[in-house]
Amino acid sequence: MNEDWALYEVFIRARSGLEHKHVGSLHAADARMALEHARDTYTRRQEGVSIWVVRSSDIVASDPGEAESLFEPARDKVYRHPTFYTIPEDVKNI
Amino acid sequence: MITAAESNTDAVSAEQRLRYLLRLADTSLVLGQRLSEWVGHAPTLEEDLALGNITLDLIGQARLLLAYAAQVEGRGRDEDQLAFLRDAAEFCNVSLAEQPNGDFGQTIVRQVLLDAWQVELYQSLVGSTDAQLASIAAKAMKECRYHWRFSCGWLVRLGDGTEESHARVQAALDGLWRFTGELLTPDALDAHMASHGIAPPLAAIRSRWEARIDAALEQATLRRPPPAYFPWHGKRGVHTEHLGHLLAEMQHLQRVHPGATW
Repeated sequence: MNEDWALYEVFIRARSGLEHKHVGSLHAADARMALEHARDTYTRRQEGVSIWVVRSSDIVASDPGEAESLFEPARDKVYRHPTFYTIPEDVKNI
Repeated sequence: MITAAESNTDAVSAEQRLRYLLRLADTSLVLGQRLSEWVGHAPTLEEDLALGNITLDLIGQARLLLAYAAQVEGRGRDEDQLAFLRDAAEFCNVSLAEQPNGDFGQTIVRQVLLDAWQVELYQSLVGSTDAQLASIAAKAMKECRYHWRFSCGWLVRLGDGTEESHARVQAALDGLWRFTGELLTPDALDAHMASHGIAPPLAAIRSRWEARIDAALEQATLRRPPPAYFPWHGKRGVHTEHLGHLLAEMQHLQRVHPGATW
């Protein structure tokens, strides 16, 4: 049966205000079924308040073969990290 | 909305309230037990989880209702004793709930027919004059709405699917339809509960159930079978032969090792 079913990627928002995070994938015959499967597979333990599903084939992915040219140029630019500031101790969630 | 009939002013006895609660509780329990037979055998992993989730919702409803029933009974029994130590003739589930799973299509048809019934019933029971029943119904209603969404989606997919899937669900519908009469035909207890506003009149449930089912069947390109005579009265303890086998499996452990816990 899964030969006929498309693969969907599932994104769950854990709480209001947080972003949707990729949690896994599943098979479904259509978008409605994908949402139901996502609900039953990934939110059984109250993991979420919102679900996105997207067909895996609709995702445009970077090519692992191009990883060097895509990601290595950032490696020697440590000044892009905001690590040169001192943060007061009573400031949380940064 | 539940309206009280003027004619019936007799009080509701604990025995009558207990019998009515058992109809609701046992229907959820037996249907849940039936669905649990799919665990590990469903067509896909995802459907396995979906059916397992519905099972757990139904057993959760049964627990709440049986715990309340035990309290009404007042004989010191708890929900486990009611579930595992009663014989088939003491079970009050509607006969449709105990029918075998058959193929996936047959399970879906049984689920559609019962989900539509539970959604309408629990929606009305939220307004029950019995406050405890009303609060259980409020929780169950949300679960049953999702069950309906799930089963109805599959009914349309299978009915409006391939030639074979259409033929299979139509055959399942034709085979199970005769059990729907019991869901919608009130007996003396149903009428008595309705007259006190504890339960809705089944005539009101019937019209909403039919509208819901007709819309689903049309979308699924399925034909509604003609009304059929029903000799089964599961809610009065007169069951098909299937319930005994189901209970033998469900109750085996408590019967062999009374009071066993883990």
